[in-house]
This record gives sequence, structure tokens and C-alpha cells, in this order.
Amino acid sequence: MINANQNSPVYLDYQATTPTDPRVVEAMMPYFGGKFGNPHSRNHHFGWEAEAAVETARAQIASIIGANPKEVIYTSGATESNNLALKGVARFHKDRKNHIITCVTEHKCVLDTCRHLEQEGFEVTYLPVQENGLVDLDTLRAAIRENTLIVSIMAANNEIGVIQPIAEIGAICRENKVYFHTDAAQAVGKIPLDVEAMNIDLMSISGHKVYGPMGIGALYVRRRPRVRLVPMINGGGQERGMRSGTLPTPLCVGLGEACAIAEREMGAEAERLRMLRDRMYTRITDRLAEVYVNGDMDQRLPGNLNLSFAYVEGEGLMMGIKELAVSSGSACTSASLEPSYVLRALGVEEELAHTSLRLGLGRFTTEEEVDYAADRICAEVERLREMSPLWEMAQEGIDIKSIEWAEH
Amino acid sequence: MAYSDKLIDHYENPRNVGTLDKSSEDVGTGLVGAPACGDVMKLQIKVDAQGIIEDAKFKTFGCGSAIASSSLVTEWVKGKSVDEAAAIRNTEIAEHLALPPVKIHCSVLAEDAIKAAVADYREKKGIKKDAAE
Repeated sequence: MINANQNSPVYLDYQATTPTDPRVVEAMMPYFGGKFGNPHSRNHHFGWEAEAAVETARAQIASIIGANPKEVIYTSGATESNNLALKGVARFHKDRKNHIITCVTEHKCVLDTCRHLEQEGFEVTYLPVQENGLVDLDTLRAAIRENTLIVSIMAANNEIGVIQPIAEIGAICRENKVYFHTDAAQAVGKIPLDVEAMNIDLMSISGHKVYGPMGIGALYVRRRPRVRLVPMINGGGQERGMRSGTLPTPLCVGLGEACAIAEREMGAEAERLRMLRDRMYTRITDRLAEVYVNGDMDQRLPGNLNLSFAYVEGEGLMMGIKELAVSSGSACTSASLEPSYVLRALGVEEELAHTSLRLGLGRFTTEEEVDYAADRICAEVERLREMSPLWEMAQEGIDIKSIEWAEH
Repeated sequence: MAYSDKLIDHYENPRNVGTLDKSSEDVGTGLVGAPACGDVMKLQIKVDAQGIIEDAKFKTFGCGSAIASSSLVTEWVKGKSVDEAAAIRNTEIAEHLALPPVKIHCSVLAEDAIKAAVADYREKKGIKKDAAE
């Protein structure tokens, strides 16, 4: 039971973070206690014990993505993994190839890393996405040049949950002898992934998106053919020299256990979440008109729903449903007033982008919570539409686009 | 972000939500903001023969601060002359609701809405005066 406190809101933000599974916490506990050794201590029992635990966890992580344990590097999280994959590979090969391809809907940590590499002299192509949020394969093919070093396309999007055609992208990259990196923070443990079948050379993994602890992640780095990279953190040469620093044994164990649980339960969990997600969507759209799904509905994480509620501003809506912990695509909390860049990239019009909510369902979401959340959202949207001048105009048949708005 | 009790009260129990007859001679309508920016306010005032605002209504598309700002100004303008209403400043609104810095633009928009409603009312009266001459 995760929501032990009855007064705490219903958690529907599983793409932001997932609660640590109690079984994961249990697996971690001994390593905060008696089994406290440094896994790099080679000379005594405590070190050996910790090392064994770290390696067992490494094998669990490798197993869920079809990799060899030797190909898994621990990091502090997916942000570091993405930085290491892109900067590491780019800097190693900078004299040979200097073109990188990524996509406009990538997570900020990939985009910002690419911007940084541009300052270092690399050229970056930011692929557009189609209306459904997916990368067009022909556009990708056309973007690959002689000097293209690496393609970085996320497996699943954090905002709209769309799943990119990873296997197809991997095949194109392999054919063109270009490295393929995928940010799989949202995808690991949610959908089947196989680094061999999908021709993935580097993959970023996050602990806290897969019911593991925060502060731990991993980077898969292919050994055959070998992917070489320049480390960002220098030191004792741990993690095959690619990432120095003492491994946090409890966190490694937690990520391993989280992957093992996910590998066992993924099939049934995905089916359950898809059912709950569709139940929520149906319950909302049966009651409300003019609700739009952002992103492809089929190529999508089972636990993600991103909806635009026309004529109701997302942040205003969130304030009215404080019994629910959700996320808004309208980033109006920042001073910029800019709506989500992901929704904009899909071609969602700005006025609709301002009306979106991300509803993230997960392992501990119940049917009762889904029904309650859907009903609360509907009631609040109805209340706010009654208060919305845009809704009133729409009811009167006035085309909102025909009005000359003074944009501020 | 922690909002003030006053702001939350106006958001949860907005005053004077509704619509006045836009075509009426005594009604001034202000429509400000833009859907693409995430804020649209419609503010209407009904002015009596003495030039006093006897009723005010609003509808707002926007965040909680925008809804609260517009709700608040409908309360404030009632009973004021149009000149007094037009003199309401955004800083008074922001201060009353304790708006956080990133939400100051909501109070600016509310001030603009009053001014636009007053301008619309004056224009209607002005046009009528011209026609009578």
C-alpha cells in the first residue's frame, strides 16, 4: 500500500518518478546495515560481499535489455548516462566524425548536451517528429551523412509516452555504420527491449523510473563491436575506466532488484495498465467533448495519457484537482509562458498546448483511483469551461482563430 | 508554489462569473490576452445613468492567478465610477492576492481588462453623443 496516508493525493505522475517498490527497499536494506563494505575493497569479506551484490545487480540490469553484464556501467542516473554516451563518444571520435543526429522531442538532458557539443564544434541535426510524435524513418535516413557519428533517439517520450521505432532506427544506423544511442529511461521495464535485436550501441537507464531508487542509473555500452568513449569523471578507474567513483552498493542492488521485478512482471503489468489507461480515457471522453490525445495512441507506453482539454488552461485545471498529483504540459509556472516544446513539436496549436495534462499510471494505481481521478477531472473541466470565455465563444459558434488577439 | 488564502478563495469561489448583454448601451466589454499565451480575460461592466458601475461580470481562460485576479476586480469595480475603475492599478491587485513574481502578468492583464471595458463603454457613449449632435 503506497498511499498509506488517506489525505495524500492520488499519484498520477509515474513519468516524473515511480515510488520505490517495497521489495526493492527490502533488498537494499542489508547494504545500509551490516553489509556496508566498499565493493572495490579487494582484500576482505566486506568488500567481496558488496562486490558480489553489485555484480548480481549488474546481471539483473543486463538481463532486462538482453545485454552482457560486462556492458553495463553504473551512473548516477539517466541524465549522467545521456551526457556520458553523447559527450563520451563524440569526444573520442571528434577528429574522425563530428555530426550528431537527435530529435526535437528528446529529454532536455539530451538536447542540452547536444547544444553543449555544438559549442565544442560538433554539428547537430534535430529531426522533427510527425503529428503522432514519431520520427519519420525516411527523414532520418536522409539526415545521415558521411561524417555522422551517432544517432540519439529516445525509446519512449517522457511527456507523451510515444514509443519510437527503435528496431528500425537501429537497423538504419547499423547499415550506415553510425552509433545508435537511445535514452530508455521511460521505456526500461515498461516495454520489451533487446540491444541485440534492436542494434542498440548505447542505452541510458534510470533507477527511479523503474520503481528503483533515485540517484542511480546505468549506461549500456556495446562491447562487440566495441563502442569507445572518453570518461567524464576521472579517478580510480572503476566501471572499466568509463566512470570512476565508488559504487553505491545499496543503490546498485536496488536498481538490479527493480529490473528483476520488472522483467518478471512486465507483461501482466503492461496489460493491466493499458486496461486502466483506456478505462480512464473512455470515462473522460464519454463525459466531456473536445478532449484530444497528444501523441500516438498505439505506439505508446501503457501507463501514459496526455490529453488536451480545449478551452481550459492546464495550470488552472491542476489547481482545481489538487486531490490528484498530475503534471501539466503548459509550463506556465515558469516565467516564459511557453507551452511544452514537445507538444509544439507535434504541431499542437499553442492554445491547445496550454490545455494539456499528463496522466501517468503505474504499478500501484488502482481502478478506484482511475475512476475517482477521471470524475474529478471531468467535474473541474466542466466548472472551468463555464468560466471560460473561449468555451462561451465556441458554443456561440465564434471561431477563436477569427479574432485578432493581442499576444502579450 | 504556495498561494495565498485570498487567491485560493477567489479561484474556488469566483465572484460574478457570467455574461452581460454585449449589445446593450450601458455595457462595456473588455476582452484581453490571447489563447496562445494561455490567458484570456473577458470583463464586462454595466454602468448606470450616474456613471456608476452597478454590475460587473467576468469569464477567464487561464491559471488560478488569472481567474482570481479577474474575480477580484469585478468586486472592486462595482460601486465605483468608470474613472475610478480605470484608475485601479495592477500592483494593488497583485498585492491583495499576494501574487508570486511569475504571476504578476495576471494582474497586469486584469488591469488591462478593466481599461478595455471602460474604453468600450466610453466609445459606445461617445458614438451616441456624436450621432445626437
